[in-house]
Amino acid sequence: MKHTLAVLVENRPGVLTRVAGLFARRGYNIESLAVGPTENPSISRMTIVVEGDERTIEQVCKQLNKLIDVIKVSDITEDPHVGRELVLIKVNAEPQVRGEIMQIVEIFRARIVDVSRDTLIIEATGDEDKINAIESALRPFGIREMARTGKIALVRGARGKVLEAGLNSQETATQTG
Amino acid sequence: MARTGAQAVIEVLLQEGVEIVFGYPGGAVLPLYHALADSPIKHILVRHEQSAVHAASGYARASGKVGVCFATSGPGATNLVTGIATAYMDSIPVVVITGQVPTSMVGTDAFQEVDVTGITMPITKHNYLVKDVAELPRIVKEAFYIARTGRPGPVLIDLPRDVALSLCEEPIPSKVEIRGYKPTYKGHPGQIRALADLLLKSERPIIFVGGGVIASGAEDLLLKVAETLQAPVATTLPGLGAFPEDHPLSLGMVGLHGKPYANHAVMECDVLFGIGVRFDDRVTGALEKFAPQAKIAHVDIDPAEIGKNVRVDLPLVGDARTVLADLLPLLKPVKREAWLKRIKQLQEEFPLTYGRGGGDVRPQWVIQRLGEMTRGRAIITTDVGQHQMWAALYYGFTRPRTFISSCGLGTMGYGFPAAIGAKLARPEEMVWVITGDGSFQMGMAELGTAMEHELPIKILLFNNQSLAMVRQLQHFYYEAKYTAVHFHGNPDFVRLAEAYGAVGLRVTRQEEVIPALKEAMDNGRLTLIECLISEEEMVYPMVPVGAALNEMILPQD
Repeated sequence: MKHTLAVLVENRPGVLTRVAGLFARRGYNIESLAVGPTENPSISRMTIVVEGDERTIEQVCKQLNKLIDVIKVSDITEDPHVGRELVLIKVNAEPQVRGEIMQIVEIFRARIVDVSRDTLIIEATGDEDKINAIESALRPFGIREMARTGKIALVRGARGKVLEAGLNSQETATQTG
Repeated sequence: MARTGAQAVIEVLLQEGVEIVFGYPGGAVLPLYHALADSPIKHILVRHEQSAVHAASGYARASGKVGVCFATSGPGATNLVTGIATAYMDSIPVVVITGQVPTSMVGTDAFQEVDVTGITMPITKHNYLVKDVAELPRIVKEAFYIARTGRPGPVLIDLPRDVALSLCEEPIPSKVEIRGYKPTYKGHPGQIRALADLLLKSERPIIFVGGGVIASGAEDLLLKVAETLQAPVATTLPGLGAFPEDHPLSLGMVGLHGKPYANHAVMECDVLFGIGVRFDDRVTGALEKFAPQAKIAHVDIDPAEIGKNVRVDLPLVGDARTVLADLLPLLKPVKREAWLKRIKQLQEEFPLTYGRGGGDVRPQWVIQRLGEMTRGRAIITTDVGQHQMWAALYYGFTRPRTFISSCGLGTMGYGFPAAIGAKLARPEEMVWVITGDGSFQMGMAELGTAMEHELPIKILLFNNQSLAMVRQLQHFYYEAKYTAVHFHGNPDFVRLAEAYGAVGLRVTRQEEVIPALKEAMDNGRLTLIECLISEEEMVYPMVPVGAALNEMILPQD
């Protein structure tokens, strides 16, 4: 089953390498990984979609938590959340099929963001199903190039304040030695 | 506050109580050495960088403090890799500082440049490349904190030459605050009550202890818990010494080469209380057949270890000492006749034996005599091979921090440099290296280091002119076709020791063993005893691949 993990990490060089290296080394399959800054400039948010059974996902979360630069890991798969992906599709668009393509764009509430003599670039956002649907609707015209961002997600409502939860835990571990 | 970055590093080291640094200099790390020269910290110049980190790890294991080592960039740093991985696998607190080419040259394939933070990412608990001298005091302080807290491990700091030479105005932070790192020491009270219930209701419990008990200094509490519950105690390889093996409740080591009765007992127990262990493949044998009748309780400070390898009925995240301290008051003394009687029966039915084969000098017998003569109290370091298992099975460890060996990674060449670290950490203790001719040749350049610092370490070298553990694998799994396991061209080890100015003794017959051990114990000098043994010796018992712990190969006579 696919799981969506919201991971808050220190915004520092090398953190992505640590996370990616961990997945590679332990043989976990990343479906997608999207990373960007949060409202707090010292923290980045990674949204990782990973395939695996319960036991694997539990290990993924625990291993991620072991990285010093990882602040908080939440498996939000079962939580109500908004998940979105952005896609750019460059599609063949001879004048005689442009009308048809524009209708598809309309239906999916996507946008045309670039026009050339025989291609269009279409921008669409939505959940994975919608992005897959628009991709297959456009495929018959001939997709020249495509770029997908991978999923980003936020938990709905007040409960979703993972950020503060992560930051407010100021208690320091017992020092030993 | 005007001091260089390098001086700031030394300042933190002093604040952390560092007395000894193991290392090997080179161009990029010279600023650090320049600052070290003005400090009271003693530097031990080893003969190979790998030995520096092994020695730091031996120092850490013997003392319970953080071991520290320095090396230069490039080859200096890459030579550390095996030692860092060794420390990582056994959760040993070590801080490694490497020199690096100046920041302006990082990434240009400069002379002696290597991406050591990239290389060591999967084998360190954490690592740093310092780009800004203002961050240096915090980073060094953090490195020590991360290395010794939670599940300990190695931390590496890569320090470019220009950063080390820059002026550093930042004070050393008084406290470490890492928002992504909060190890859990205190166990969940509800789970601890559940654990107490489980143990009190159990009819056939076994306490199964690993290196975590030693790391947290929980051996006194373990003894109390075991005696209160009258529960037998088995250990992993790194757990040796956590529970005195001369105690009636001791079962000794469990696993692939575990004691036969201990392996049987694990297969018969109804509760297996694992603490500070990670149930690795050398312990469990075939996972699906492991401890089939047992409910498994697992206490570890690293949540990722719980449920990683075996199914766990009662998970409990916490520090061994803290958890045992909370558990003890919930227990009441138990009378346990049937199970202890059964254990006795198992001990009689499946004793530890080594058969009649082999030559005149039997290594198992020699180690037993060493155990008696040192009353199980010496610090024993080992290399990796048959001798490591014989040491684990036959010495009879009675105190924590006295068995020092590469358990997880299985690194040959570990024992002797680790002994140098251990002897410097605890000069009042007798330190023995148990090794073989294969392993010793991976670390013997350190004879020079041991002589230089007048360390009266005792080396017990079993020479069968072969890699007999590999030979044993070929014997059982590769049609006894012995390939690449024989050494032709071994040195004369006695004369080798003498060439360094140490004492060399050779033992070829059983009656020479005790006099040689006695001489080594009494002479106050670095001493190597070479024991000639047969390459046909085997390590018994042996659990074959895919078998359960009680399906052991035992000696035939």
